[in-house]
Amino acid sequence: MKVLVAIKRVVDANVNIVVKGDGTGVDLANVKMAVNPFCEIGIEQALQLRESGIAVEVVAVSIGSEKTQEQLRVCFALGADRGIQVNTEDDLEPLSIAKLLHAVYQREKPEIVIFGKQSIDGDNGQTGQMFAELAGLPQGTFASNLEIQGNSAEITREVDGGLQTVKVSLPMVLTTDLRLNTPRFATLPNIMKSRSKTIDTFTPEDLGVSVERHTEVLHVASPPGRQAGIKVESVEELVDKLRNEAKVIA
Amino acid sequence: MNTLVVADHDNSVLKPVTRCTLAAARELGGDVDLLIAGHDCRSVGEQASNIGGVRQVLLAQSESYEHALAENLAPLVIELSNDYDYVLTAHTTTGKNFLPRVAAALDVQMISDIIAVDSSDTFKRPIYAGNAIATVKSHDDKKVISVRGTGFDPVEESGGSAAIQEISSVHDAAMSSHVRDELAKSERPELTSAGIVISGGRGMGSGESFAILEEVADLLGAAVGASRAAVDAGYVPNDMQVGQTGKIVAPELYIAVGISGAIQHLAGMKDSKVIVAINKDPDAPIFQIADYGLVADLFQAVPEFSESLKAE
Repeated sequence: MKVLVAIKRVVDANVNIVVKGDGTGVDLANVKMAVNPFCEIGIEQALQLRESGIAVEVVAVSIGSEKTQEQLRVCFALGADRGIQVNTEDDLEPLSIAKLLHAVYQREKPEIVIFGKQSIDGDNGQTGQMFAELAGLPQGTFASNLEIQGNSAEITREVDGGLQTVKVSLPMVLTTDLRLNTPRFATLPNIMKSRSKTIDTFTPEDLGVSVERHTEVLHVASPPGRQAGIKVESVEELVDKLRNEAKVIA
Repeated sequence: MNTLVVADHDNSVLKPVTRCTLAAARELGGDVDLLIAGHDCRSVGEQASNIGGVRQVLLAQSESYEHALAENLAPLVIELSNDYDYVLTAHTTTGKNFLPRVAAALDVQMISDIIAVDSSDTFKRPIYAGNAIATVKSHDDKKVISVRGTGFDPVEESGGSAAIQEISSVHDAAMSSHVRDELAKSERPELTSAGIVISGGRGMGSGESFAILEEVADLLGAAVGASRAAVDAGYVPNDMQVGQTGKIVAPELYIAVGISGAIQHLAGMKDSKVIVAINKDPDAPIFQIADYGLVADLFQAVPEFSESLKAE
């Protein structure tokens, strides 16, 4: 079986982002970029499926400018077999991304399509589910465990009250949560091999997908700041302040 | 300008976050209907009909809706959305699961996790884990929106008498089924709706030591949370996690114990009204946002805090 993993190039999770003074967005000039952490968990899951003999091929797909090929190469160094880049300079919305990935899905016909549960820049958390709807597939979102059982899969999901396990038929969509696995590090042999792996490139026009925006970002601002308060000297003083100054405990 | 709100519930109780979503719906103006989709959930419909400002409660009962499986719930919401300009639900794991499917089917770019309604088509939402706030305008005719509960004060539980209309259409995509739930059992309030939250971090050192936080929680009627570091260390389960990748809370009082204050944690609690930090490291970043900071060994300070609450 084939596994397709959608990858997003995002600002590195360890970077403290700066909002531009003119309110047009976040300053990404000369900022370290990386594979979205949840997508990296997706690649790891796909590799584990291949290593356990369930999957035979792991294909990474990413949508963005040519620079997104850097992240596809990172996936190769981890062990992905092949890459697809949909080349666009536009800042696409989740709906357009889902449409493009649906077009890729129709060409590739994988049994499992894996997404991160959200990207750490836009924080939308939509693409996997939108894709599943467009492709008419069931989904296991926010997954912390996956078990393939023949032509179906049992997925344990991280839900607000605890865990929920669902069973879905294949083909299916998986979106990853943090506990699904711990991504591996690239090994030197895989890094060497990654140079000879191929990336097929398409444009949205090639795929016959219109990517016009439905929304407009009018303004991006820093969140309202919070001032440091006071240091109290003792528990007694703390209780007194909470009771008589902040009035938040009886 | 009519709005359909899809309720969060467990087939017996309406989740409080639904009333926050209704508050966002009220700001949009127009009539608001509330959909309860579930199984044997008439009692939820009755609770919902008492809420002020709801025009009509739509009650869709079927086994296929019992666990809010996205594959079955989305087609119901898509069908009902014909009559509405807005479809809203809470940005919970239930809402996040099905609502993007609805948006994709309607060819609408969903707006996730809004914290404010600026106008009928413009909303504020956090991006980059709350390190920036985007103001987003939608050009779609129909708007599909998930709402961050802590961004809106809940509407009143009572004061209404909405009619309950039964919805007979049953959707079962037959692609997915529910296997089991392993839900945390707790007598304490739910993290996301508690008025007071006390959370422990890596400084707790073990799962057992959370008992001292639980004692405070029981004295204050608080919920107990944790930082991702404490969850990753295996002290407590993931559903207790407060932060960017866990639950977003905004209680009246948040007490952070042995938590250094990583950005990922702050993203989940910095909208709390009053923040208390107890940490032995005077340079911990948590003190930069705490209203009251106490530099102390938590294993002395927290039991002392309990004693002092009991003394009254």
